[in-house]
Amino acid sequence: MTLPPQLAELVDEFAEVGPRDRLQLLLELSDELPELPPRYADAADTMEQVHECQSPLFLAVEVEPDGDRLVHLFFSAPPEAPTTRGFASIMRTGLDGEPAADVLAVPDDFYVALGLAQAVSPLRLRGMAAMLARIKNQVRTATAA
Amino acid sequence: MALQNDTDPKLAAYAHPERLVTTEWLAANLGADGLVVVESDEDVLLYETGHIPGSVKVDWHTELNDPVTRDYVDGARFAEICGERGIGRDTTVVFYGDRNNWWATYALWVFSLFGHADVRILDGGRAKWVAEGREMTTEQSKPTPAQYPVVERDDTTIRAFKDDVLAHLGKPLVDVRSPGEYSGELLHMPDYPQEGAVRGGHIPGAASVPWARAAAEDATFKPRADLEAIYQQEQGLSPADDVVAYCRIGERSSHTWFVLTHLLGFGKVRNYDGSWTEWGNSVRVPIVQGSERGTA
Repeated sequence: MTLPPQLAELVDEFAEVGPRDRLQLLLELSDELPELPPRYADAADTMEQVHECQSPLFLAVEVEPDGDRLVHLFFSAPPEAPTTRGFASIMRTGLDGEPAADVLAVPDDFYVALGLAQAVSPLRLRGMAAMLARIKNQVRTATAA
Repeated sequence: MALQNDTDPKLAAYAHPERLVTTEWLAANLGADGLVVVESDEDVLLYETGHIPGSVKVDWHTELNDPVTRDYVDGARFAEICGERGIGRDTTVVFYGDRNNWWATYALWVFSLFGHADVRILDGGRAKWVAEGREMTTEQSKPTPAQYPVVERDDTTIRAFKDDVLAHLGKPLVDVRSPGEYSGELLHMPDYPQEGAVRGGHIPGAASVPWARAAAEDATFKPRADLEAIYQQEQGLSPADDVVAYCRIGERSSHTWFVLTHLLGFGKVRNYDGSWTEWGNSVRVPIVQGSERGTA
């Protein structure tokens, strides 16, 4: 499986620690999710809601018009939803600034390698799969134009 | 060893006021011998972002469910879960959680399957405690382990299985899901498509009473008179009825089970935890679509 370097590094970090520490890692990532820039902070309706997540999560994807078509990701999720924020932060850390082609090449089941199924439950993890699917859809739409 | 009950006048009106405590009561009793506070949330990380000082976490999904069979943990595992959290058989356990105590009542219901006697809900849950500016901490709780006996679950009194529900058709059922799930327009709860079913609709004869109608704006339970107006006057249920409540996997309906049993004093309420993810995927069980209850 070839993953963008930042995402590969995250997957390695998760794989190296035990299940309890994986939760701690997810919590730290959740704290690191950046605030929305002003152009989205006041315009939540321009973002796409990820309905598959158990808590409200909004997502915006920007693709640079030229060159490698670098992808930029923006997420909004409330502090009462740290798990969802953690998933979003994995996406943001792992994929932001990567070329569109590399984002599209991320395997849909990459999250299995994070080893979170036991600590978080497979059911909750499906929110992350949905997040990736929606990111890819938006990237495809943007690059097809 | 049990702690004294909360004598708050709002609670006193309920059928079993000893099943609830107010935030004031909990703040005054935190740290008392014989009390363990358990946080149970939908979000598996919420407890770690800050919790009531000294409280312990029980996760509904990764801890109360058996990891292989679709069932709850057995008596031996339950004894470990309790013991390592400092819960003994005589301990007063107060549950609280996010989302109107949805998951807190689920944890309480599972504890009740094991016959744990003194279980209570923090009225208003996590939201009210936080809104009142009460203390939260990220400091790890270090409970003194306790000995908890291995007790087998009683699945006959407050739990219903699919065959029980088939035999129950014609008697009162409460469907606590959203109106769209009840009518069959949605094959899953809004925002939870991963827990779907191949058929939509409801069990014939079931009344539609979305679970959160029992909660007030501040996440507390509505006063008794308001609850009676919903379940008794509006829906025509009676405390003497034999009632089965269900939802999608049995968590939202444990909230309604708590309301009917402990707040309104219904004598026989069972929670069908197989719920729609079992019924809506079962071959040849009767289903009604649309907003009418229908008949079996």
